[in-house]
Amino acid sequence: MKKLKLSAWGNYPKIDANIFSGKERHISQFVSTAKDIIPFGNGRSYGDSALSESVVNMRKHNYFLDFDESTGTLHCQAGVLLSEIIDTFLPKGWFLNVSPGTKFVTVGGAIASDIHGKNHHVNGSFSSFVTDFRLMLPDGSIITCSQTENAEFFKATCGGMGLTGVVLDARVVLKKVNSIYIDQTTIKTKNLDETFKAFEDYKDATYSVAWIDCLATGKNLGRCLLMVGEHSDDGDLNYKPTGKLNVPFNFPSFTLNKLTVKAFNTLYYNRVFKKISNQKITIDKFFYPLDAINNWNRIYGSNGFTQYQFVLPVDKSYEGLKQILSKIAASGKGSFLAVLKLFGKGNENYLSFPKEGYTLALDFKIEKGLFELLDELDKVVLDCGGRIYLTKDSRVDKNTFAAGYEKIDEFRRIRRQNNFTTTFSSLQSRRLDL
Amino acid sequence: MAKATASLYAQKGYQLSLAARNVNELDAFASDVNIKYGQQPHMVELDLLDYNSHELFYASLVQKPNVVICFVGYLGEQEVAQKSFEQAKLITDTNYTGVMSMLNIIANDFESQKAGTIVCVSSVAGERGRKSNYLYGAAKAALSTYLSGLRNRLHESEVHVLTVKPGFVDTEMTKDLDLPGLLTAQPEEVAKDIYKAEQKKKNTLYTKWMWMWIMLIIRNIPESIFKKMNL
Repeated sequence: MKKLKLSAWGNYPKIDANIFSGKERHISQFVSTAKDIIPFGNGRSYGDSALSESVVNMRKHNYFLDFDESTGTLHCQAGVLLSEIIDTFLPKGWFLNVSPGTKFVTVGGAIASDIHGKNHHVNGSFSSFVTDFRLMLPDGSIITCSQTENAEFFKATCGGMGLTGVVLDARVVLKKVNSIYIDQTTIKTKNLDETFKAFEDYKDATYSVAWIDCLATGKNLGRCLLMVGEHSDDGDLNYKPTGKLNVPFNFPSFTLNKLTVKAFNTLYYNRVFKKISNQKITIDKFFYPLDAINNWNRIYGSNGFTQYQFVLPVDKSYEGLKQILSKIAASGKGSFLAVLKLFGKGNENYLSFPKEGYTLALDFKIEKGLFELLDELDKVVLDCGGRIYLTKDSRVDKNTFAAGYEKIDEFRRIRRQNNFTTTFSSLQSRRLDL
Repeated sequence: MAKATASLYAQKGYQLSLAARNVNELDAFASDVNIKYGQQPHMVELDLLDYNSHELFYASLVQKPNVVICFVGYLGEQEVAQKSFEQAKLITDTNYTGVMSMLNIIANDFESQKAGTIVCVSSVAGERGRKSNYLYGAAKAALSTYLSGLRNRLHESEVHVLTVKPGFVDTEMTKDLDLPGLLTAQPEEVAKDIYKAEQKKKNTLYTKWMWMWIMLIIRNIPESIFKKMNL
């Protein structure tokens, strides 16, 4: 094992951790004797869900094992990145059924977070397209989990933040596409009413997501650019991953302040003139705009940042969002990345985040007064019957978290009954008593 | 390193033959190559420490290679090896004797055909003996010297020999060592460097590149000072 400074994408918190890497049989030996370990993929969750004093590095387990063309089912190891799947399969006319906002997450991580994408309202989350996976248990033994086999472990592991064992490999169903392009329509709205109406109008679109100006106030509150998209059908499968810019070092932490974010937001909003406009853009640009910049997390400075993502039930979304956006605008702690999306129905997994309603994700640099603001936002989320997304979190308290997840006791029961708690834990699971 | 390089050569269109002691451990890798690049690598078992088997091994290859890339490395445990001849011998035999025996056979074949390329991974550790790993270093030094001799001999037959000297690489061998990030290469970077150097018929490759300069300095430290250092 080697010792390293370890943090996830938010660069907060940073801890000293022992990194264990090895072949499957070595992991098995390690897991059967270790305590308080957590699997670690590519470190793209934001907070402390993949952090512990000892982590099992799964990133190097990144081989494709089999591909069944008749069903589009890819069998691969857990450390495979979604980008690696795209590099190989998009040129052959296959794409991910569910894709998050970055392609640099591992398949294991995608299962542990049961990630969602811009098509959640149509297709659900990542686990809907996972046929089965092999899971290593605390004694080092290995079982196969699917909707029908060891179904309870399947439901606990999808969205279970690595707390139920080490996912070793999985079968993931891809979808047929006929182009590397997305036909995108951008709808510019003036306020929250228009934003909600636009989501409603475009609810049949395969992909939809809105960038929202979280520093706009008064009559502009909730103005956004809603982007909806469909796969093009032009037969062009000549895929070249977008070239990369890099942020070579941490920016000074004053780089992002109320003024710069406000200026950015105003420019970004006003760069679109027409109420409705159409574009044809590549899959990379549509799904992963930020992946074009290596280490973009460094713009938040060396103190790091956190992402705050919650979902509110549909009937409470309008009032709740209004309150939350007002509080953020009043605090001046703006986020230039503020993403709003309407989820479809949730699934049966115990800790999967998505449920029907509006979800908002906001980046905040770690600074004085931030956690107090987020505590206030938590109260609004709680009052509305909403929930917080574990994958982005590094600070929510136990009760706020638990109140949002109806099936949390099931999850805790499974953890305790199967001796998961001594072997697998993260800073996050200890904070939240998972 | 070996897998990253093999994967790159498959991507460039080379048909792979993979030789290893436990060749079935390469099954997952072979599937990966097959899915990504549409070729099924030939898999052959080879125990480099079983010297007597080498002639037969090479003779029995259905398709003889035109590029041979050799990745053999056993760091061993220096402190154990200082006290145990068994361990010291294992380090020497794995890193040098076994490779030498196998490459002798390949070199003879390439020489008679007047064609072929031999790429062999040695190490910067072979450039100067340090107390922390000089048994490994000594075996790698022997290997580097062997390769330069082989290059000299095969030059006339137009057989090319490339000596690869990696510095720190993030691999199975070094997974428990604390390596300095800036000086440590990922296997994929090493693979790219090897491919480029082989295509350009370079003689020696340091990877990452700064190791050439680091080793220049280390080689030139006077022995009277070097012996007092903790490197």
